[in-house]
Amino acid sequence: MKAFTQHRGLVGPIDRANVDTDMIIPKQFLKSIKRSGFGPNLFDELRYLDHGEPGQDCSSRPLNPDFSLNQQRYQGASILLTRKNFGCGSSREHAPWALEDYGFNAVIAPSYADIFYNNCFKNGVLPVILSEDEVDTLFSELAAADGYQLDIDLASQTVTSDSGQIFNFSLDQFRKQCLLEGLDEIGLTLTQSEKIKQYEIEREKSQPWVYGAIK
Amino acid sequence: MVARTLYDKLWDTHLVNENHDGSALLYIDRHVLHEVTSPQAFEGLRIAGRMPWRLDTNIATPDHNISTDRSERDAGVSGIPDEISRIQVQTLDDNCDHFGIKEFKMNEMGQGIVHVMGPELGATMPGMTVVCGDSHTATHGALACLAHGIGTSEVEHVLATQCLVTKKMKNMRIRVEGKVGLGVTAKDVVLAIIGKIGTAGGSGHAIEFAGSVFRDMSIEGRMTVCNMAIEAGARVGMVAVDEKTIDYCEGRKFVPKGDVWHQAVAYWRTLVSDSDALFDTEVELHADDIIPQVTWGTSPEMVAPVTALVPRPEDEPDKELRKGVERALKYMGLEGGIPIVSINVDRVFIGSCTNSRIEDMREAAKVANGRQVATSVKQVLIVPGSQMVKAQAEAEGLDKIFIASGMEWREPGCSMCLAMNADKLGDGEHCASTSNRNFEGRQGKGGRTHLMSPAMAAAAAVAGHIVDVRSFLGQPISQEIQL
Ligand code: SF4
Repeated sequence: MKAFTQHRGLVGPIDRANVDTDMIIPKQFLKSIKRSGFGPNLFDELRYLDHGEPGQDCSSRPLNPDFSLNQQRYQGASILLTRKNFGCGSSREHAPWALEDYGFNAVIAPSYADIFYNNCFKNGVLPVILSEDEVDTLFSELAAADGYQLDIDLASQTVTSDSGQIFNFSLDQFRKQCLLEGLDEIGLTLTQSEKIKQYEIEREKSQPWVYGAIK
Repeated sequence: MVARTLYDKLWDTHLVNENHDGSALLYIDRHVLHEVTSPQAFEGLRIAGRMPWRLDTNIATPDHNISTDRSERDAGVSGIPDEISRIQVQTLDDNCDHFGIKEFKMNEMGQGIVHVMGPELGATMPGMTVVCGDSHTATHGALACLAHGIGTSEVEHVLATQCLVTKKMKNMRIRVEGKVGLGVTAKDVVLAIIGKIGTAGGSGHAIEFAGSVFRDMSIEGRMTVCNMAIEAGARVGMVAVDEKTIDYCEGRKFVPKGDVWHQAVAYWRTLVSDSDALFDTEVELHADDIIPQVTWGTSPEMVAPVTALVPRPEDEPDKELRKGVERALKYMGLEGGIPIVSINVDRVFIGSCTNSRIEDMREAAKVANGRQVATSVKQVLIVPGSQMVKAQAEAEGLDKIFIASGMEWREPGCSMCLAMNADKLGDGEHCASTSNRNFEGRQGKGGRTHLMSPAMAAAAAVAGHIVDVRSFLGQPISQEIQL
């Protein structure tokens, strides 16, 4: 897995709450059997004026001028600033894949849907949780300054603005460690193989119907 | 002993290891796979040179992007018109064959929407942990399972280790007491719940649905309710075991028989929350307050009783919420303040993992029987959730009722629930839909979804607009059939 330690980058906004995973990557792109290449279709329906289909060359499609990330000043943004309950709806991991492929290393929002939040960590995208007030502050600072950047440091769990303001965020220590070190979670779990086997032996004795049913 | 909730019990039983930071290794009993969220997981296994930990836990079927058209289905996988969909379905077949995973292929008896086929085959049983790369996995919680959706990396993790690294959620209990009135179904109950607690109301919680309304409800109704737990922000929805649960399971394909069956049943009966168990959050609704529900906006919480008016943004004091209402009305092409029953529908979709079981088909058929689809309605799709539902419905003659009414009887799959196949809404079209999500573009770009129960959707098909189904029920209809 891709590691995340610290990141400094340009901020791009999506100023709406409840952005669902259908919006992040519309379902027609879920037909891919690959993990990569979703970036050009991130926010497809908001971003382009025409209807997107997989396999299209997106560089010649008409852009929606009203979509924030299409504005010149946000080109190259690598930190997404947005509102509460980001990533709600379908569990598709294509959502963080698309964010990552587009170039986002981190998202900042007051809250996330559970599955999306979880999926981000597995793909090296850091979902930062700040309070609604702090997110408000960042939105106003961003609106006021062209080329607005933030520093995110995972080890110290801080977001620092150029004005020197520091925002602390909290997260689960296991996830933090995995992300810092870019650990392979499956490999990590397999180090506990003996425990899993032991569990299975016990369980099969007490609840045999759980085993061998599907053939 | 400390009093435990149903969720606590399911959690404890499956705990392989607990880490210091509160994360845990949870054992997974049943893993359900479909074509959309599994290819990258299998690819990951291959790249790492890993094999599935245990084969007899996995069960697979294609559902999301297969055609529901009879002639296309008859042509097999090669008959799927969209090339990319075809590759995805073919990839699932290949992966299952390669790794030796039991798959119910596209036209085999047993195939269906993952959350319909799992319980009906008895692949999901009470007390199990059930996961699937699909957020509506909560459906299986109707059988007192700990069931939830996972991402593709987790699909790979479960394939490779039979475990999930996860954290315990908080306990929430939603009680609905009383008796629901005529025309009020499981769908109306769950929509009313979401209307009350909002789409993030259950975040971080495992919800147990309790109270007389759920006790009175069939297992299929309970599945409809648990299915939409995710629409209330909770990954998990559950109902405790009772006699109905046990009756439902008995005799199903993968359910044990003989001594093991009795042993299982004895254990299953313990799968109820202790009477003095504590919940972190409690919510209560009363059945008397629930009448048929319809969504008017672009989020399941934008729901109202069918007798209500579409809300007006200016009546919403909170600024953020007002913006949300304005945006939703604009997308839906609706004026605030108009009666919900004045909304015309262009298409009707009865299906999806929320409402495509045999009871749903029966409810819709009851309304459709002896009536005709309004001429203004372009299409009414009736899509059974599985091959077994389809066969049962045909045995009862329901397909004939639908066809006689001018509705289309389709092959099992997700169909117009998410428009990954050919079944979609056109730009600006309004749809009376029994699915679970009314997000922008969910049923096709620019499509406008109104979520409701199967009976309400069938009534809308006949009326040509949203209508209170209670006016259809109880009145004499010609050629009434016995259902
Ligand atoms: S019916 Fe709809 S919600 Fe259910 S699994 Fe299929 S696409 Fe998902």
